[in-house]
Amino acid sequence: MVSADLLATLVPALPLLGALSIGFGRRKLSANAAGGLATALVGLSFVCSLLLFFGHDGGTRIVHLFNWITVGTMHIPFAFQVDSLSLWMMLVVTGVGTLIHAYSIGYMHNDPRVATFFAQLNLFSFAMLLLVMGSNFLVTFIGWEGVGICSYLLIGFWYTNPEYNYAGRKAFVMNRIGDVGMVLAMALLFLQFGTLNYTEVSAQAANFSPGNPLLVGATLLLFLGATGKSAQLPLLTWLPDAMAGPTPVSALIHAATMVTAGIFLVVRSSVLFELAPYTQDIILWVGVATALFGATVGLFQNDIKKVLAYSTVSQLGYMFAALGVGAYSAGMFHVTTHAFFKALLFLGAGSVIHALGGEQDIRKMGGLKNTTRTTYLTFLIATLAIAGIPPLSGFFSKDGILASTFAQSPLAYAVLVFAAMLTALYMFRLLFLTFFGTYRGKAHPHESPAIMTVPLVVLAVLSAIGGALNIPHVFGGHEWLKQQLATAVEAVGAEHLALSASTEYLLMALSTALVVLTIWYAWTIYGKKTTLEGEPADMPLPKRLVAKRWMLDELYAAVFEKPYGWLSRAFFSVGETRLAVPLTAGTGKAAHSVAEWMRKLQSGNTSFYLFGMMLGVVVLLLFTLLSV
Amino acid sequence: MDNVITAIRVVPLEHYFFLSFLLFSIGMAGALLRRNIIIVIMCLELMLNSVNLLLVALSAFHGDPGGQVMVFFIMLVAAAEVTVGLAILVQLKRNADGVDINQLNRLKW
Repeated sequence: MVSADLLATLVPALPLLGALSIGFGRRKLSANAAGGLATALVGLSFVCSLLLFFGHDGGTRIVHLFNWITVGTMHIPFAFQVDSLSLWMMLVVTGVGTLIHAYSIGYMHNDPRVATFFAQLNLFSFAMLLLVMGSNFLVTFIGWEGVGICSYLLIGFWYTNPEYNYAGRKAFVMNRIGDVGMVLAMALLFLQFGTLNYTEVSAQAANFSPGNPLLVGATLLLFLGATGKSAQLPLLTWLPDAMAGPTPVSALIHAATMVTAGIFLVVRSSVLFELAPYTQDIILWVGVATALFGATVGLFQNDIKKVLAYSTVSQLGYMFAALGVGAYSAGMFHVTTHAFFKALLFLGAGSVIHALGGEQDIRKMGGLKNTTRTTYLTFLIATLAIAGIPPLSGFFSKDGILASTFAQSPLAYAVLVFAAMLTALYMFRLLFLTFFGTYRGKAHPHESPAIMTVPLVVLAVLSAIGGALNIPHVFGGHEWLKQQLATAVEAVGAEHLALSASTEYLLMALSTALVVLTIWYAWTIYGKKTTLEGEPADMPLPKRLVAKRWMLDELYAAVFEKPYGWLSRAFFSVGETRLAVPLTAGTGKAAHSVAEWMRKLQSGNTSFYLFGMMLGVVVLLLFTLLSV
Repeated sequence: MDNVITAIRVVPLEHYFFLSFLLFSIGMAGALLRRNIIIVIMCLELMLNSVNLLLVALSAFHGDPGGQVMVFFIMLVAAAEVTVGLAILVQLKRNADGVDINQLNRLKW
């Protein structure tokens, strides 16, 4: 039996090995070799995680690798924290990651830089594992920045297109705003606790009284970091643009794993958040607002991946709403099921795009359910799951969140249910427009190869039965996942919600009935549609506002970009041309003109030099005599 | 040795100062004013030896042999210096026409 410490080290080390070997050998490796190696290493990492998971005794194990920073009283070890929370995230990251790696072999096989792609994908897996496994904020932060840079690289993977480069840059800058929050939060926590280790911070924080201003500040800053990474209001505009990357990237990074980093961070420091009720309220309402925002905008997108991107934004909003009411395990459960069905949706979308030779506009799709049968069926399962149709996984996870929210704030519950109806509407709009009706494009659709469809099927099975992980008590389950996580997550607040079984049944029936109604409504509008609404400019005003994404990009352009431009130009015309240039160039000019005058002394006349020397000696002598 | 010191002490110390100052001034004036390099070098020697004279005199009057030691150092340095000076002089005579110090004016700006 391999020791648990070694296994825990191997989990992130294997993808790193893959990233390095494929990265350096990218000119030698064939496309299939690079893809195979990358998949195998992440797969092995998954096996290690599984072994760790089944050998886990429920406690918290710190795997100390080395002392990283030792300055004065500051001791930051480079260590991994293996507990039920990080183990669960490891399983999701490596498990879904393996499937997406395998799928990428098929999806990317024609790309000239396929080896680079797999190296970056492996590097991403490594960074994400570092993020979830770190035993202190700083190790997590390395992973945090690592996934940021990988996201940038992969969004701009097809770098010859300037649009894609801008998208990558936007993601990077938006994330940077959030990262500032995280860095400041770390500084604040370190000042207060003198350590950044999760276990020690949590232990010491227990001595604080709820609502302590320091904790509120730190948690708000942490949440700012989380909004950046997890695409919440106000830092969400990068995620839809991030769809510029290859579709497996969208699936892996922008749906299944990286965007859940913010959720993970909040859950990891749940002790702090529990002591800051003010922050929790903000999280709840940011989450609810984002869920509604994503769902409304998703209705009007015509790019298949953009619809899914806004859907991701919306679903992440649900998760944050759960965290806001303290239902951490419900949030983590939704992270898990969402990883299954959203990865499946993205990979299915990728399969459709692949089938149509790169077409992403759903107005040019339709009728694909016969030509791409497997893709259609798996996509259907994922759509039902995300809409929350029982007994698919999304029903259980979304219902968990809704029930917890209802206990805390009925208003938030109502908004979330409305967003759930919108979710069903835009998802079935997508499904009907893509797979039903008649084909409106010009390409020749064909089903994708097995290397792409097999991951789809696996994910479809997981999306269908994933709900079994956390069956609530009212259905005779034992909330297995919640009990697993209970050792790592402070189970407080709404986790012990006092809803009676009948209330819970009623809530479930209500949301399910509304969703089914919405699906029927979607069928009547989009089921057999052949023509489609045009550009946002042609719509009436309220519709146009939503279709143009609530003008959020335009708002940021007006509030931040333009003033920033003005400021830059002002600094250029005043600071640069009037101040900096005269100062720097003026110094040089002054030295030059002095030298021009001084060099006349260098006449070449030896007698003159001699005279100068004598004069100097006499002056020195006189000076000495007089000063004594 | 003693009678040398006695002989030096026959003349009052001020006279040595005056003589030394006079010699130094003549040397300095010659070095600055004359254009013939040979004369300039001779004047430099004169200045050095005026200092030597003063050192010997003071050494005798104070009974301190350190002054005489210093004289030997100065003579040694003067010998070395004059070697280099005369070598430059010879080169100047060969490469330029004459030994005028104003011919050495190419090292400028």
